[in-house]
Amino acid sequence: MTAAEKVLTHPMAKYMRTDRLPWIYCPGCSIGIVTNMIARAIEKLDIDFEKIAIVSGIGCTGRVSGYFKTGTFHTTHGRSIAFAEGLKIANPELEVIVVSGDGDIAAIGGNHLIHACRRNIDITVVCVNNFNYGMTGGQFGPTTEHGRYTQTSPRPLGDIEWPFNLVKLAASSGATFVARWTAVQVRRATRSIERGIAHKGFSFIEIVGACPTSYGRSNQLGDGVAMHRHLLEVADIQNGLPPHEAELEYNSRIVCGEFVDIEKPEYTEVLREAQAKMQQQKRK
Amino acid sequence: MPERIMFTMGDVACAEGALSAGCRYFGGYPITPATEIAEWMSRRMPELGGAYVQYEDEIASITSVIGASWTGTKAMTATSGPGISLMQEAVGLAVMTETPLVIVNIMRGGPSTGQPTRGQQGDVMQAKWGSHGDYQIIALTPASVQEMFDQTVQAFNLAEQYRVPVFVLADETVGHMRERLVIPDEKDLKIVSRKKPTVSPEEYLPFKADEDLVPPMATFGSGYQFYATGLTHDERGYPSDKEHIQIELITRLSDKIRKNSDKIIDLERFQLDDADIAVIAYGTPSRSAKRAIRMAREEGIKVGLLRLKTVWPFPEKTIMDLAGEVKQIIVAEQNLGQVYHMVRAYTGTTPVRLMAKPAGMPQLPHEIFDVIKEVA
Repeated sequence: MTAAEKVLTHPMAKYMRTDRLPWIYCPGCSIGIVTNMIARAIEKLDIDFEKIAIVSGIGCTGRVSGYFKTGTFHTTHGRSIAFAEGLKIANPELEVIVVSGDGDIAAIGGNHLIHACRRNIDITVVCVNNFNYGMTGGQFGPTTEHGRYTQTSPRPLGDIEWPFNLVKLAASSGATFVARWTAVQVRRATRSIERGIAHKGFSFIEIVGACPTSYGRSNQLGDGVAMHRHLLEVADIQNGLPPHEAELEYNSRIVCGEFVDIEKPEYTEVLREAQAKMQQQKRK
Repeated sequence: MPERIMFTMGDVACAEGALSAGCRYFGGYPITPATEIAEWMSRRMPELGGAYVQYEDEIASITSVIGASWTGTKAMTATSGPGISLMQEAVGLAVMTETPLVIVNIMRGGPSTGQPTRGQQGDVMQAKWGSHGDYQIIALTPASVQEMFDQTVQAFNLAEQYRVPVFVLADETVGHMRERLVIPDEKDLKIVSRKKPTVSPEEYLPFKADEDLVPPMATFGSGYQFYATGLTHDERGYPSDKEHIQIELITRLSDKIRKNSDKIIDLERFQLDDADIAVIAYGTPSRSAKRAIRMAREEGIKVGLLRLKTVWPFPEKTIMDLAGEVKQIIVAEQNLGQVYHMVRAYTGTTPVRLMAKPAGMPQLPHEIFDVIKEVA
């Protein structure tokens, strides 16, 4: 064997469709890190990989599902949660993970997000928030900060709208596990994804990431390394802080941590109890 | 369950048909005049260990149904015109990912909110062309309460056999009318279920079709790995922007239905054998047409009915042959002409008269009778 043939295999490669590499992500993008976090969370929990379903919508993060080597589904724009609900309800044995971008889940899919939170259905949503629509070339979205420049909020105006704070949105809609980390807090974020998967109920984990190609360039935030270094600097870990205080100011302070971890009846379990009740009554 | 007899409405018959076909997941959003399907399902589904889920909108409803179907569960949704419009993007997803499911559309007056409690056959073209891109669809058009049951079972069987979304396209009158319904004994019903993979997970290609153009379908959690996407994909399910992949894929998806159209198309011929005039109708207007034909026959007019029990795929060959057999064709529709234009495409020089009525009531027998007399 020559030196050139000797290739080290990534420890998480067993979960990935390596025949699809190289993947589509730009240099400096955080989505690869988040994919790794999800794989490591699955590894740590030692759950049967074949019982996992990974679902996504459209956009850069929407492509994550297709790199995992289990049952995976790439739905229409914004509908990953709706698909995942059907999946989980029809087969509650499945461990259902939704990976999605901020535009996908909070704009077009916003309605499904809040209602899934309300139902407290046992799925885990990992949302990569890079503050813009990366795949379509960097337009403003529901998480873009006021005044930021994008392809559709050009200079000198910037974005005239105000962003969603996804942690506050998910928590106030009824999600029973809510966390936020940045892409550089890999161990902490991975542990939250683990907890989210293990949690019985709707889990929402926001990972604030970098999109140097579109958002970074439009707002002169530097390259991938610079953007990730910035995330590390402004991350302010406040585990257990009331979710309505979990502020996100890109320039100065991104409050990170686990903000909600409560127990509430889970949808598919309630549904099964309802079925039993109905069947019992019918037998009488 | 043994045979049961009910006096009930079309919507309920439809729900019972779905349950008899093995449907155990209903995802929906209430809308008149399809609401009774949801109401019936909310009571009956839990009894049978199935799920009734009321979503926040029609988009979530149908997308969840696609998700449920990928667990191997037979699944459906039911709605009406405005709801169908919202579901169209997901219809395309179901076509592209070859997901079996049933979509019931109890058609109401439109456009827009139109007449919620009144009927119209306004969604025939929407069922065929509502989503974007090239595809074929199957749409069944029941005309009675019993047919609401029978054709819903048939819709599930076709969906499972061809791995496609299938429409039950009923007008409001059929949905809301009350008639005798006979629910057959379970063992007398022909139930079809989708093909499962026979090869090992290592060898399995999720979108590699068998000779019948339909690929066996793996489910989530079964140990088979697959990537399903609305993007153009190869046999492995991997996205591709290559021209030949797109052409091969959409041709196969279309051919699954086109090449089997003789087996799918369901028609009723009524007094057509010696007819000079043919009425073509589907749904409630076909019942008025039958009465009108009996009235006309009493006056010695040789007229018959071709009743479409499926509008899609379209019975092109039958219409072509019919045009050669009769001197005049009348299309009676509860709209301003949707099937009429399809009929005209295959009738050559044989004159076709549209008997249109876009209002809440279908054509009444004497109204069709008058048109028959005019052209006789």
